[in-house]
Amino acid sequence: MTDSTIIRLTAAETAGRIAAGELTAVEVTEAHLARIEAVDEKVHAFLHVDREGALAQARAVDEKRARGEKLGPLAGVPLALKDIFTTRGVPTTVGSKILEGWIPPYDATLTKRLKDADVVILGKTNMDEFAMGSSTENSAYGPTGNPWDLTRIPGGSGGGSSAALASYQAPLAIGTDTGGSIRQPAAVTGTVGVKPTYGSVSRYGMVAFSSSLDQGGPCARTVLDAALLHEVIAGHDPMDSTSIDAPVPPVVEAARNGSVAGMRVGVVKQFRGEGYQAGVVQRFDESVELLKELGAEIVELDCPSFDLALSAYYLIAPSECSSNLARFDGLRYGRRTGDDGTHSAEEVTSLTREAGFGDEVKRRIMLGTYALSSGYYDAYYGSAQKVRTLITRDFEKAFEQVDVIVSPTTPTTAFPIGERADDPMAMYLADLCTIPTNLAGNAAMSLPCGLAPEDNLPVGLQIIAPALRDDRLYKVGAAVEAAFVEKWGHPLLEEAPSL
Amino acid sequence: MTTTTELVSYEDALASYDPVMGLEVHVELGTRTKMFCGCSTELGAEPNAQTCPVCLGMPGALPVVNATGVESAIRIGLALNCSIAEWCRFARKNYFYPDMPKNFQTSQYDEPIAFDGYLDVQLEDGETFRVQIERAHMEEDTGKSTHVGGATGRIHGASHSLLDYNRAGIPLIEIVTRPIEGAGERAPEVARAYVRELREVIRALGVSDARMEMGQMRCDVNLSLRPNGTEKFGTRSETKNVNSLRSVERAARFEIMRHAAVLSSGGTIVQETRHFHEDTGSTTSGRVKEEAEDYRYFPEPDLVPVAPSREWVEEIRAALPEMPLARRTRLLADWGISATDMQSILNAGALDPIVATIDAGADAASARKWWMGELARSANESGKSLDELAITPAQVARVTELVTKGDLNDKLARQVIEGVLAGEGTPDEVVDKRGLKVVSDDSALGTAVDEAIAANPGVADKIRGGKVAAAGALVGAVMKATRGQADAARVKELILDRLGVTEG
Repeated sequence: MTDSTIIRLTAAETAGRIAAGELTAVEVTEAHLARIEAVDEKVHAFLHVDREGALAQARAVDEKRARGEKLGPLAGVPLALKDIFTTRGVPTTVGSKILEGWIPPYDATLTKRLKDADVVILGKTNMDEFAMGSSTENSAYGPTGNPWDLTRIPGGSGGGSSAALASYQAPLAIGTDTGGSIRQPAAVTGTVGVKPTYGSVSRYGMVAFSSSLDQGGPCARTVLDAALLHEVIAGHDPMDSTSIDAPVPPVVEAARNGSVAGMRVGVVKQFRGEGYQAGVVQRFDESVELLKELGAEIVELDCPSFDLALSAYYLIAPSECSSNLARFDGLRYGRRTGDDGTHSAEEVTSLTREAGFGDEVKRRIMLGTYALSSGYYDAYYGSAQKVRTLITRDFEKAFEQVDVIVSPTTPTTAFPIGERADDPMAMYLADLCTIPTNLAGNAAMSLPCGLAPEDNLPVGLQIIAPALRDDRLYKVGAAVEAAFVEKWGHPLLEEAPSL
Repeated sequence: MTTTTELVSYEDALASYDPVMGLEVHVELGTRTKMFCGCSTELGAEPNAQTCPVCLGMPGALPVVNATGVESAIRIGLALNCSIAEWCRFARKNYFYPDMPKNFQTSQYDEPIAFDGYLDVQLEDGETFRVQIERAHMEEDTGKSTHVGGATGRIHGASHSLLDYNRAGIPLIEIVTRPIEGAGERAPEVARAYVRELREVIRALGVSDARMEMGQMRCDVNLSLRPNGTEKFGTRSETKNVNSLRSVERAARFEIMRHAAVLSSGGTIVQETRHFHEDTGSTTSGRVKEEAEDYRYFPEPDLVPVAPSREWVEEIRAALPEMPLARRTRLLADWGISATDMQSILNAGALDPIVATIDAGADAASARKWWMGELARSANESGKSLDELAITPAQVARVTELVTKGDLNDKLARQVIEGVLAGEGTPDEVVDKRGLKVVSDDSALGTAVDEAIAANPGVADKIRGGKVAAAGALVGAVMKATRGQADAARVKELILDRLGVTEG
């Protein structure tokens, strides 16, 4: 099998062939490393490629198989890991200069789970600094290009992971989603991304942006691949107090048995209108029609609190981040500036943070510091928490009437690099449809639903499920994916230009 | 700060002003592991040997609450007659300091685990004073900074600082009183008695050794004065980290005199933190709090709320030991001693050893006698505390048993104790090795008695003539001859018997 065939296989197919002895994990890994070598200079999906580590892991898988040991469902499959999870002995920068050169002494729980499952970690992917952004332009290490059009953004903050998938540099990737950082990149690159229920994937070793919103999740090119990865990374972790001690919903079974027949699917009135690109709305409406054809019942929903979600988010997330990022003071790890014997520790901390953080990070630290200040707390952080409660209630009411909710994932297709860089408000609007789910803590997926006619760029369909019913995302997602592939005659990604 | 502090006399201060105090005590819990990670809390390890990604605040690390820490907090709350929250959260107290790895302290803010309690404390003369407790909450300790190159170990003038994070994350309980009013001139004494009583409670609960000299218990003394007869509180000073009972009393006393001097000369008290100096008994200005520091507290999103079930709280309550004051009151009555005697026992740290000695079989009077006498003296001479002496309550009880049985007299018993303290073995071993045994065998004593009578014919005659009291001289001679090992009472009987006299 040629390298170019290997890299286009799904994760499920790759794992099957390795298990059957038709491919070795080393061959698969080498094919992907060669692909990275060939295209990543243009795409810039990776911040760090761990060639040796990946090959060692691949060899271990092949040896395990040779000894006749049982292999996990994703054994030997390469994966691109967002550079926000700690990896023992491998640099972790979170896209920030402040952690430049830091080699973590410990593995995140998610990293450990991937290794235990014999998944081959190729390297660490680019991201907006500290996961703050919707375009990956806020990375301190330069932007990532969208494989559909390298002059456009791949989404963010997990643009490195989505671009790696869309450019066949890896069949699997990991993202984190605080306000849409898995789903929006998936949408604009024609890939699949899932934000699991808050608490289902351990946050231990995932560098915190906003603790009550952050959630790691699977990214892939197919719904089944995402489900297989979901099953590997989810599950209770005693090291994360907010981790849910409950069985992981049967996501793989759901992905293998896609169906929407008899399901009630909600369409929320607040998720359309001004700011939505015509082609996005058109593809979304067609998706709703498709769901009807597949046997779903469509229910119109009114969730007035969703209009306040963006404002609440931009108080809660910066507040938590202002505290979470306080530890980056240059004293214990990472970058240190001004340590020349003429500055006090306090000054070194100040100089380090000045030099180490980018503008967007500083903006949010300042916003959060202000919002938590005495005298402003009730008006800002306090009110935002109340809005959060209202959003949770609106979701609860909605899920009394429907099984899942659908919406466009993001109001527009991929915009050109630089277009919104100086306009934070415009950038924030990219997360309009994804943020309510983070605030309420429930689960959501984005999957491709076509190209916008006006720019031939991918449009994402978002599916939202109640907390702990992540399996519904996969049941509905698999059915929609199958219907679209049948309609298009091939997966959407095949329409992407070759690099 | 080099300004000299003007003072007025304590009596003059109290003639015009009424002191109001607030005491904040931090207690390091004696849990095996830290509050939010599995690192050991043992003292004395190499710097930074007891650290992990969590207590070093590494990127990505998350806290997990130590259940024993929560239970200890509830025990303390219940012992202080507090209500226990049905649901409460941790909060982040945000401020930058190098010894705090996350640059926020995980603490509790407006939802403490325990609140609205009180502690009755006893003053030297036995009078009790009720101190109202506002709250007791859980938090974590910081690391330790050592400033190198400066004159006094302070940061000012230091060339660099060393950081040891072994202490970072050790569980702390902060116990805060309501303003203590109405203590008047006894305010410093109340402060000391409160901290001592609290320490006794903590120790009785077994949640901490509460050794102030080891920093396991630290007290901040907040104090203000108001003109006698007025209600409104004056501006307070906050004297930080006062680390002995005596210092608590002295710091309060000093601040009363200092505040009075400032106020009576028409000045105003600055709200500030102050440092207490053991050597001079005075305080100096620390950091001026021009405006209250803004810690930007908010609920800790990395931890789930603590919601102790009522059943659990009641189980804990039912298992609480007898509280120290109640115990002392009971023992005082049982032993029939005065409040002053009890106070001396407490001051000597002898209560627990005495009770343990009684539990091991000794009678109360003997147990008190030995611990407050011979052993207290020995401890004093060697600069140790009673519990550091090389003798156990059970061994003291064995000595008293030997005395009761007549095998030892007091003099011999003292020698036995001396032997045990010197590491010569158990009381029985010391008795054997040193050959210390009361001679009460009549035939052995008979010879010595006969010799004493023969050697002192004049005394013998006086006794025969009815002067029984003169027998003391002969008893002394026999005791000398037997190197103190004779049973004095038996010796006297034998002498009188030999001389044909009966005791009056």
